[in-house]
Amino acid sequence: MIWLDVKRVAKAGFVNFWRNGVVSIASVFVATVTLYTVGILLLSSAFLQASISEIKNKVDINVYFEKDAPIDQIEGLTNRLRSLPEVKDVEYVSREQALVVFKERNKDNALIIQSLNELPDNPLGAVLNIRAKEPSQYEGIATFLNQQKEKAVSASGASIIDSVNYQKNKIVIDRLTAIVSAVERLGFMASLILGLMAILVTFNTIRLAIYNSREEITVMKLVGASRSYIRGPFVIEGLMYGVSAAILATFALYPTTFWIRNTTTSFFGSFNLLTYYLSNLGQIFLVLLGTGVVLGMVSSFFAIRKYLK
Amino acid sequence: MIYFNKVSKVYPDNSVALDNVTFSIAPKEFVSIVGHSGAGKTTLLRMMLLEERPSTGEVSFESINLNDLRGEHIPQFRRRIGVIFQDFRLLSTKTAFENVAFAMEAAGVPDDIIQTDVPEVLELVGLEKKIWSFPHQLSGGEKQRVAIARAIINQPEIIIADEPTGNLDPVNTYEIIQILKKINDLGTTVVMTTHNKGIIDTLGKRVITLETGRLIRDDKEGKYIL
Ligand SMILES: Nc1ncnc2c1ncn2[C@@H]1O[C@H](COP(=O)(O)OP(=O)(O)OP(=O)(O)O)[C@@H](O)[C@H]1O
Ligand SMILES: [Mg+2]
Repeated sequence: MIWLDVKRVAKAGFVNFWRNGVVSIASVFVATVTLYTVGILLLSSAFLQASISEIKNKVDINVYFEKDAPIDQIEGLTNRLRSLPEVKDVEYVSREQALVVFKERNKDNALIIQSLNELPDNPLGAVLNIRAKEPSQYEGIATFLNQQKEKAVSASGASIIDSVNYQKNKIVIDRLTAIVSAVERLGFMASLILGLMAILVTFNTIRLAIYNSREEITVMKLVGASRSYIRGPFVIEGLMYGVSAAILATFALYPTTFWIRNTTTSFFGSFNLLTYYLSNLGQIFLVLLGTGVVLGMVSSFFAIRKYLK
Repeated sequence: MIYFNKVSKVYPDNSVALDNVTFSIAPKEFVSIVGHSGAGKTTLLRMMLLEERPSTGEVSFESINLNDLRGEHIPQFRRRIGVIFQDFRLLSTKTAFENVAFAMEAAGVPDDIIQTDVPEVLELVGLEKKIWSFPHQLSGGEKQRVAIARAIINQPEIIIADEPTGNLDPVNTYEIIQILKKINDLGTTVVMTTHNKGIIDTLGKRVITLETGRLIRDDKEGKYIL
């Protein structure tokens, strides 16, 4: 009995979707624009995340050790740093590596290379490059390092740490922290407003489509159809709007990412929107499908409520 | 089978549509309701269908007081009634067959019965050639036949028809009335409103006359007197 109703409701929904021609096309079109917007928001946020983390990765603070700092003390400090929850990674650069890097960076400067070669010993100390999970956490790490500077003393009684370059980087880091949180907040607000607008427009379109059927709904009631039997096909139509729109919007995103890649690769460096889109195609489609189906069905469900009273 | 007991209806805008109306309808009767425009005829029919509820008084159907019906009991009750309107009110995206079948589907009738009954009833109203036509492909008379087929498909105890011939030419009017008479002869109660003097005078059945919401005449074999 219930199964028979479900079958009839589903069939009526599909048939109405097909026969309602222009109304269905209009609703699908609006829902497609909505889901396209949602898709663009998804891609932008992935893009934003990638850009932010790329910039974040360029920031670190460096600990410069004295030349005679004992290796086991450096290791001890490294381990203590790694155990801090704020620290993302700690890179140890030995004196020899530091020299290689320094030489490499200055290979065109004959004077520097020559002076280096004349020195009896490697003038550079070992270095730790520390990266925090969030830019705002560098402050805490710097404080920790300052405490360590007093504790980590060699046999001679002098600190093994020559300098920490936090103060120098502080301005850049602070500014970056501010920018990142502003961009994230702005992005969130923009997504919220845009998403909400898109949803309202779709809901209104579906409401209009159902408004067009209000007299037929009255007839169905008078012929003895129950509320759920009348409502069912409209909800199925909403589902069809969502499914069709998800497919169309996913396709429409392809040329968009293609175009964005071609106009922005030089600007944004390593993150490629097209590659991101193609490798996350399934996930993007599922998100749009889910959004579309829920939006279509829920809109229909509530839009028809008024006429079922 | 239908009882109106001191029924009054005042719409929210304070217009009085029915004023203390009392009458009853026995099974197998054919009752016409006449009256000037705005007399309250449609309002009276809408009460039987539970589209409106009385402001005071009560309407009952057999032993059911319609005031007590709520929720799912309303559609179940409506399946015992067939409705016909002046403007046909077919479902525009459904064929003649599907319009008639809809009333059965909504009542949960199995598919095999629908497949045999619907063509039979459409043949009864003379539409066997237009089974697969959509409403926009049908003439007014043909649409009203589909509507009648839809109204009788569930073998209702009573047919309620609000100016069923209001939009039809004399030939179609005559034929539709003949169909209604035939349905009545087969044992279904019919309640119809009309402005057509000719129909009333040739029918020779019971006539209830309303005037500004009050019942002013109720004649066993009535004439159209206004
Ligand atoms: N939904 C409504 N809200 C307010 N007033 C209404 C409503 N429906 C009907 N009326 C009023 O109630 C009175 C009776 O209307 P009704 O439709 O029952 O008349 P009728 O006899 O069917 O007229 P007609 O012959 O023109 O169809 C009229 O004065 C009308 O204006
Ligand atoms: Mg009327």
